[in-house]
Parts: sequence; C-alpha cells; structure tokens
Amino acid sequence: MPLQPAITDLEELKNHPAVAKLLAWNPAAVEGAKFDRDEMSIYVERSSIRDACDLLRQNTDFPFNYLADITCVDWFPSEPRFEVVYHLLSHSKKERVRLKVRLDGSSPALDSVTPVWPAANYFEREVFDLYGVRFAGHPYLRRLLMPEDWEGHPLRKDYPVEGYR
Amino acid sequence: MILNMGPHHPSTHGVLRLLLEIDGENIVRIMPDIGYLHTGIEKTCEAKFYQQVVPLTDRIDYLCPLTNNLCYVLAVEKLLGLEIPPKAQWMRVMLNELTRINSHLVWLGTHALDIGAMTVFLYCFREREDILRLFEMVSGQRMMTSYFRIGGLALEPPLGFFERVQDFATRFPSKVDEYENLLTGNPIWGMRTKGVARITAEDAVALGASGPTLRGSGVDFDLRRDMPYSSYEKFKFRVPVSQDGDVFARYACRVAEMRESIAMVQQALDGMPEGPIKAVAPKVILPDREMMKTQMEALIYHFKIITEGFAVPAGEVYQAVESPRGEMGYYVVSDGTAKPYRVHMRSACLANLQALPTMCEGRLLADVVAAIGSIDIVLGEIDR
Repeated sequence: MPLQPAITDLEELKNHPAVAKLLAWNPAAVEGAKFDRDEMSIYVERSSIRDACDLLRQNTDFPFNYLADITCVDWFPSEPRFEVVYHLLSHSKKERVRLKVRLDGSSPALDSVTPVWPAANYFEREVFDLYGVRFAGHPYLRRLLMPEDWEGHPLRKDYPVEGYR
Repeated sequence: MILNMGPHHPSTHGVLRLLLEIDGENIVRIMPDIGYLHTGIEKTCEAKFYQQVVPLTDRIDYLCPLTNNLCYVLAVEKLLGLEIPPKAQWMRVMLNELTRINSHLVWLGTHALDIGAMTVFLYCFREREDILRLFEMVSGQRMMTSYFRIGGLALEPPLGFFERVQDFATRFPSKVDEYENLLTGNPIWGMRTKGVARITAEDAVALGASGPTLRGSGVDFDLRRDMPYSSYEKFKFRVPVSQDGDVFARYACRVAEMRESIAMVQQALDGMPEGPIKAVAPKVILPDREMMKTQMEALIYHFKIITEGFAVPAGEVYQAVESPRGEMGYYVVSDGTAKPYRVHMRSACLANLQALPTMCEGRLLADVVAAIGSIDIVLGEIDR
C-alpha cells in the first residue's frame, strides 16, 4: 500500500465527526487538522483543550469516551517548541482521534484534562516529569518516573542522551 | 497510620512501592510510587536506528516481548507503508497468542501464589517452560526474542517447529482444566477473590483501564476484534467478558482468554499460508545471505542498512495492539531521517495501576495483594 499524501486542508476534513463537532462548537479552537496514514490529527488552540476534550467525550452521536494516552514531542529548536499529544478512542464507534496542542518553549503550560478523565493523572505527571510542561489544575503535579530531586527534564531534545556528568 | 509496602515486596511483581494509609485493617488511601525501574528507553530509542529499537522493545515488558515487537514493527511499517506477506502475519498472530498464554501463565501462577495457592505456580511454570522452548526454537532466545523485524520476520521457522507447536496446542487445553480444577471451584479461592477489589465499568473507562481489567468490569472491547491488525480479522474467537468487576471476574476473563488463545494458535497452524516471510523492500529489509553473496545490489543494500539505517518518511503513527495486559500502544514520530524522532510507549499497566486505589480504598489490607495480582502489572513496562 503506497503512502497517500497527507490531507491538511480543513475544508476537506470538516466532515470528520470530531472536526465537525469542534468546528460547530468554536471554530477558533481548531487551528488545523491533518489526515495522514489513516489517522486523524486535530490541532487545538491551547486554552480550549479541556473544553474540547469534554465536548468530544460528552458527544452523544460519536463519543470519544476513552483517553488512551497523553504524551509530548519536543521540536527544539523550532518554535512553538512542544506539542502535547492526546490520543482519544471511541469504544462504541471503534475510532481514534489525535488532539495536539502547540506550546512555546518558555514556561510551557496548559489546562489539565484530569476533570474530564481521571486517567490523565499519571499521563500528565509523566509529561511534566520528562518534558517540564505544567498542567494547570492537576491535583498532584509531581515527578512520576524520575527522583523527586532530579534536575532537568530528560526527554527534552537539549538534554543529552547520556545525561549530564 | 501510614504503612510502607515495597519497593521490595514479594507480591508487588517487581519494584512497586505503595504508601498505604490505614485505619486499623481498613485502607483509607493508597498512593503508588513508581519509577524504580525507569531506564529511559524512550530516550534511548531516539539515538538508535529504527531497526535497532526492536531489541529494546523486548525489555519493556519481559513477559510479552513478542507483543511489544509486533506493536513497534507495525507502527514503523505503517510509517513506511509496507505490505507484509500473509505468512509473516499469521506467524505473528500465532506467536502473539503463545505470548499471551505465556504471560497469563506467569500471572496465574504468581497471583495464586500471592493468595496462598502454591501448587498452581508449579503447574503454570511447567507449561510456561514449554512455550519458552518454542520461542527458543524459533528465535534463538527464550525471553528477549526480537523475532519480528520491520517488514517481516527475522528467520524462517525451523523444521519441526509447527509439529512442536501442534503438540503443545493439543496438550494445553487439558492443562487449563487442571488449573481450573485447583482454583475455580475452590471455596478458599472464591472467598479471597469474589467481591474483592470491585471496580465499575464507568470507573474503569474513566481511569483508562484496558484489557482483562476492563473486560472484567463488563466493557466488551478488545482491539484484536474491534480494531484488527496483522490479519486478526481472519481468526474466529470469542472475547470473554465478565460483569462482576472483582478479582474473580478478572481471573475468569484471563483463564477464558487462554482457551481462546490456544484455539487461535490451532487456527493459525491449520491455515498457515505458504510464501515469503519478508516484504519486498530492499532498502529496508536485509537481504538473504545467499543473495548477499551473489548479487552486488544486495550487498550494497545490506551495507547501507547496517551502517546508515533507512530513512522513514516524515509523519506520525499511533499503533495499538491488545497485549495480555491491555492496550499497548506505540506512538512513533519520524522527521524523515533514519532515527525515530520520538518513540512513546503507551503502557497498559500504567493506566491499570491508576485503577488500584479505586479498587482498594475502603477495603481490607489483605485484599491489596489480591488486587495487585488481579491487574497483572509488569513494572518494567510501567517505568520504561
């Protein structure tokens, strides 16, 4: 199966249930979308991520009821540097969607989605631990994998693979 | 009172530390503390070629290495747009189901041992040894198999391999009966597991639980059936679901899964297609030794793949498979070079562990051990 070029035109993708729902709710919240390798990614504006997640979860026609994963990608040295990535799954429709939020490199922060899914607790702690992205409203934002007194955030691209010596 | 359990405790299945706030015998609050096995595998992956990451995936979850191999290679194959020949896909399914049985056997043995049933452990490890010998025969390694490669399989299965698998598939169902004879109707087992560490379907979904932990609470979702990969759609199997949401329900789900898995191994043996085990992609897949010795191009490709890897078109992929513990997902981001820009493993155990406080709070201290066993965690996968 040869690779198809990615579709990035929002007009072409507006019939996807998640995109349609978000556009109907608040067009300003959707910064863009990409359909590549049979996977849907939606760029969500930073301040509306929690409401967007809540909306997609509550959506009765097409509920993305399950938060599979939260992670982050560091595009150092380009700006906006961080991309926080949410993978949502719909158990009833057997469909996935990926939400992405772009964040600046200086003091990256966004809203926590723990009020929507308690599952986000550990995922967000892990992102905070390894990337230094802060989640506002998280109940217990402490390091998860690294020791409490560790300095730096190891998965950032400017952190050496062997660590500081 | 705050009680510290672990990190070195025989029933925590690795190095898990739990801070238990207790009121007499009752649990008020549980705070899991993890990270003792953190080895920075995700960071290491970014410094390796795509093909060099495969052995690292074994080491995440040492009870189901082949499931992790599969998930990673599927993700990279999706990035590359490779078509995998049917024989390789069926071999992958067969070995994955054997891995599931292997993992469930270790779980059953240690879970029963935690609760006080010694014999089951010995029975389970007897059959597990047979499976490890099969893995050794096909891949050369008992545990760190690395048998799946990007684009296919590492080797042709050796002569006599399918006969050995057939022999095991014939024997195994009666062994599951043996375990069930020891446990399912056993009143002590019932008292320790029934009604213990309950979790509702809503809580399980909200907390991100997956696999038997989710299906034990009555949510009928299995990635193999609902979002099939690697030709699982060609197999007939039932997804065991239990409504009770307690330790016994999760036990019943996993035991039933073992029976389904061995039936799928049998289906794979019966219908194993003939043909190549590697896709046609000379720039990605190492050539056969014979071709390398006779053809100049094959030798060049071999040299280039080994020394400078192969470039993967830029993009990102999230591939999830149903591991014995739940949804194992790999999120691979490529920037168009020969090394992955980002590899993230979505660990089923990490999410399942989040459900532990909900299961145990308000219950007896002695039930914590049963609850930990029932969510079947592997700390290597949690900490990565």
